[in-house]
Amino acid sequence: MSDKKAPEPPSSEITPEQQYLRRREFIKNAGLFVGAAAVVGGGIYLLGMKRTRPMDRYVPDGGGLASLPTANTQGPGPYDTDEKPTPFEDITTYNNFYEFGLDKNDPARNAHTLKTRPWTVTIDGEVHKPQTVDIDQLISWSPLEERVYRMRCVEAWSMVIPWLGLPLGALLKRVEPTSRAKYVAFTTLVDPEQMPGQKRQVLDWPYVEGLRLDEAMNPLTLMAVGLYGKTLPNQNGAPMRLVVPWKYGFKGIKSIVKITLTEQEPPTTWNLSAPHEYGFYANVNPQVDHPRWSQATERRIGEYSRRPTLPFNGYAEQVASLYAGMDLRKNY
Amino acid sequence: MAPPPLPWLKPAVLVGGLAPLALLAFQGAQGTLGANVIEVVLNQTGLIALVFLVLSLACTPAKLLFAWTWPMRLRKLLGLMAFGYAVLHFLTYAVADQGLALGAIVEDIAKRPFITVGFAALMLLVPLALTSTNAAVRRMGFPAWQRLHRLAYVAAALGVVHFIWRVKKDATEPLVYASVLAVLLGIRAIEAIRKRRRARTSPRPA
Repeated sequence: MSDKKAPEPPSSEITPEQQYLRRREFIKNAGLFVGAAAVVGGGIYLLGMKRTRPMDRYVPDGGGLASLPTANTQGPGPYDTDEKPTPFEDITTYNNFYEFGLDKNDPARNAHTLKTRPWTVTIDGEVHKPQTVDIDQLISWSPLEERVYRMRCVEAWSMVIPWLGLPLGALLKRVEPTSRAKYVAFTTLVDPEQMPGQKRQVLDWPYVEGLRLDEAMNPLTLMAVGLYGKTLPNQNGAPMRLVVPWKYGFKGIKSIVKITLTEQEPPTTWNLSAPHEYGFYANVNPQVDHPRWSQATERRIGEYSRRPTLPFNGYAEQVASLYAGMDLRKNY
Repeated sequence: MAPPPLPWLKPAVLVGGLAPLALLAFQGAQGTLGANVIEVVLNQTGLIALVFLVLSLACTPAKLLFAWTWPMRLRKLLGLMAFGYAVLHFLTYAVADQGLALGAIVEDIAKRPFITVGFAALMLLVPLALTSTNAAVRRMGFPAWQRLHRLAYVAAALGVVHFIWRVKKDATEPLVYASVLAVLLGIRAIEAIRKRRRARTSPRPA
């Protein structure tokens, strides 16, 4: 069998055939192992990716509001909480704004398509001075105020947000509500090209919210145009959104194009969509559970343990009297 | 003795199945899971538990449809992975989300249907995990063991209901899992009917 002419490798260097085959088999199996593990792991990752993919976000240049007159640049005002504000990063990446997608991080990713200038707001209905006004003109109607407010979402999380805005009451006084005006209805822009989430009929677009006139006139109720002293990012409701700090966050309608004063209680989007879960009033109330979770506690974004939820989100002293005589278990 | 066929299969599924958990832990440590980390972990572990439960229920239909036998060797592992992720999902809820506030947890389970069905699904998986050993099959006898393990169908259905009832709007994603599960259970049902018919038409032994 052996060839005498060729130098023969020493027998110690010859791989026995069985071991040679085993090594090949091992390499093949290792390849299959890695491939299959990657398929399983990658498949599961892809199925849940939208929950864990890294954040990216739209941040406006923020300089637009700097030149505007601001009323309270000298320390905290009478409505500010002294609680530590939630980081800008969290406020601008964790949003419910279904016009830009259903996941919390969709708005930050998708809202750059919204054009917030030029922008007009139509104010009509039961007012003596109905008009369509340019947003920058509207912003100049009243000095901007910084308001550090708690925000409580109906989903049982909360933030502390330094808004910049003008009291809604000042805006409404300017257009002179008639004696028949009892409610205020707000409408968000409808434009599926700018708001890609509207291509799907998950809610009845446009988003509509409403307040009773006395709630709207309460000094706490704010039309926010900024955040942390800068222009409001699109995902937070630019160019102008409603902030009603004693109500669940969904009352705070974003990217408002229309304000209508009405005699009748206006239909509102979430109330129409699921009336047993989202009432018209939506006052923060630890006593009234959401059908699927308790409202007794909340998680402040950035904290790990829950804290008790306060009636009217801690603003009872200022607003409880608005609901004297009402059964807030029925009018939730 | 011949080596077992496809020796890489089970370790690959185990490692691949644990990889998303490792990634989640890594992203959590890096702080790239966003503003509400607990919510992400809760949603992710729940989803993965459901995926593994559905995969474990796909093994028998794969054998019936394609005559593949290799998935059957994964069934136990897939089922145990589903159980493991379901336990993690529950622990995330009970410890991280609720801070072990027993009163709130008991109230949630008792009063809120979506939590009730999720908890029921987890409870149904406990006896299956406990009897997942070969020794348990021998002790119980295969027919009894098989009957018990049909609880996995109920657990998976409850898991899907838990998911559907949880979403606020747009139930597309849970309905995809519901459809896959319905197909898998449908294949079993058809097979069961065929088996019964065959048993009836075959001649009885004298």
